[in-house]
Amino acid sequence: MEMTMKLRVNPILCDGYGHCAELLPEVVDLDEWGYPLIDKKPLGRRLEPAARRAVAMCPRLALSLEGGGR
Amino acid sequence: MSAVPAVERWGATPSRLLRADHGPLPRLGRAALLAEIEASGLTGRGGAAFPTAVKLAAVARVGNAVVVANGTEGEPASWKDKVLLDSNPHLAIDGAVVAARIVGARRVTFAVGRANRAVLKRLQRALAERSDGLDVVVETVPDRFVAGEESALLNRLNGGLAKPTMRKPYEHGVLVQNVETLANLGLIARYGAGWFRQRGTAYEPGTVLVTVHGAVRNPGVLEVDLGMPIREMLQRFGGLTAFPHAVLVGGYFGTWVRAHDVLDLPLTNTALAPVGASLGARTLVVLPQGACGLAESARVARYLAAESAGQCGPCVFGLPAMADALEMLDLDRLRRLAPQVSGRGACAHPTGATRFVASAVDVFSDEIERHRAGRCSGAAHPPVLPLGASREWR
Repeated sequence: MEMTMKLRVNPILCDGYGHCAELLPEVVDLDEWGYPLIDKKPLGRRLEPAARRAVAMCPRLALSLEGGGR
Repeated sequence: MSAVPAVERWGATPSRLLRADHGPLPRLGRAALLAEIEASGLTGRGGAAFPTAVKLAAVARVGNAVVVANGTEGEPASWKDKVLLDSNPHLAIDGAVVAARIVGARRVTFAVGRANRAVLKRLQRALAERSDGLDVVVETVPDRFVAGEESALLNRLNGGLAKPTMRKPYEHGVLVQNVETLANLGLIARYGAGWFRQRGTAYEPGTVLVTVHGAVRNPGVLEVDLGMPIREMLQRFGGLTAFPHAVLVGGYFGTWVRAHDVLDLPLTNTALAPVGASLGARTLVVLPQGACGLAESARVARYLAAESAGQCGPCVFGLPAMADALEMLDLDRLRRLAPQVSGRGACAHPTGATRFVASAVDVFSDEIERHRAGRCSGAAHPPVLPLGASREWR
């Protein structure tokens, strides 16, 4: 189930703090202005805990995990 | 279904959408209406070409629905919704009544741009002339490029700014439908799917309103069949006034195509896909030789940057950077910017702007060389592409 989870950003909320790229460099890259470029591939089980941490640590609550179980 | 209307000539094309004498709307149940619309193959005429029956059914499922008739037309190069509402408001209202019946709505809001008072007055007069047993109101919104985007429009109608949100209106029981789409509902309810499909192609049935300007004798709005060869369509606009260099297809979220690659194609998304174009809301601009496509595109790129709602970082920073790079002819920079901007907004604005700029660089490569040599083939030519001027968000 978790294999299908994807990290999503709400671009309206995101202010480019960049914490997600530090917590989850395997999946999140930053563009030249510091906004996250997120790998579109499903996360995989190994990265899920780090992804949950990134979601929880986002100062703008702009990140979410979507698609699990569907 | 009622009798098919007698053929009328409108710009030498038998018109459906711009003629007013269609008679009373038959009383059909919602299931019958929805089945007829599904069979018609009608797609949204606001630009996205989404199957109308699918959207209607989705909103009907949510319940507690309202209908928003979208006549905002914030794209400065498009006039077709204004012409429709000005010349034939009752057909659009008929369609809103049909849509309300299908989704079970008691309330209809017509949204139009604030600048065009004639359209507003005509619509209000038409509504006063009839009684549909519905609560129908007209609201005006600022004439800005993104103000007609579904979520932006809904946000404004709910008292906020005319800026996009992450909400999808149809998931909340709000049917936002372009007024030309609604006018087609008014026709299909009367004459049926078979009649609707007598015009257009099998895959893209029906007629469409088209706005054409640039190098044609009679710029404006006409109704034509989907599938008509573009060269023949331009004849309906009085024919070309200059040798055509390129055609902008689909407005400012659209693409430039070299004239010789596009003039002999039929007016369908299927035919335009191989040249990288799509119809959008069917705004076509014919760029005459003697105008500079690069200078024109740089003006529009700067305008689109100013039209960003200022909410999503990649749009806020990316579009001005793109406009700068286009002005400085820095093609490497544009190539690096594209993946950092396209697809990265809450709405399609950064994606559409990226597509537009990329097509300009591709089609006007010869002009780029000329500019690098210090020349411009359109230095003396007046601007061809119109820009909007509103600075308001409410």
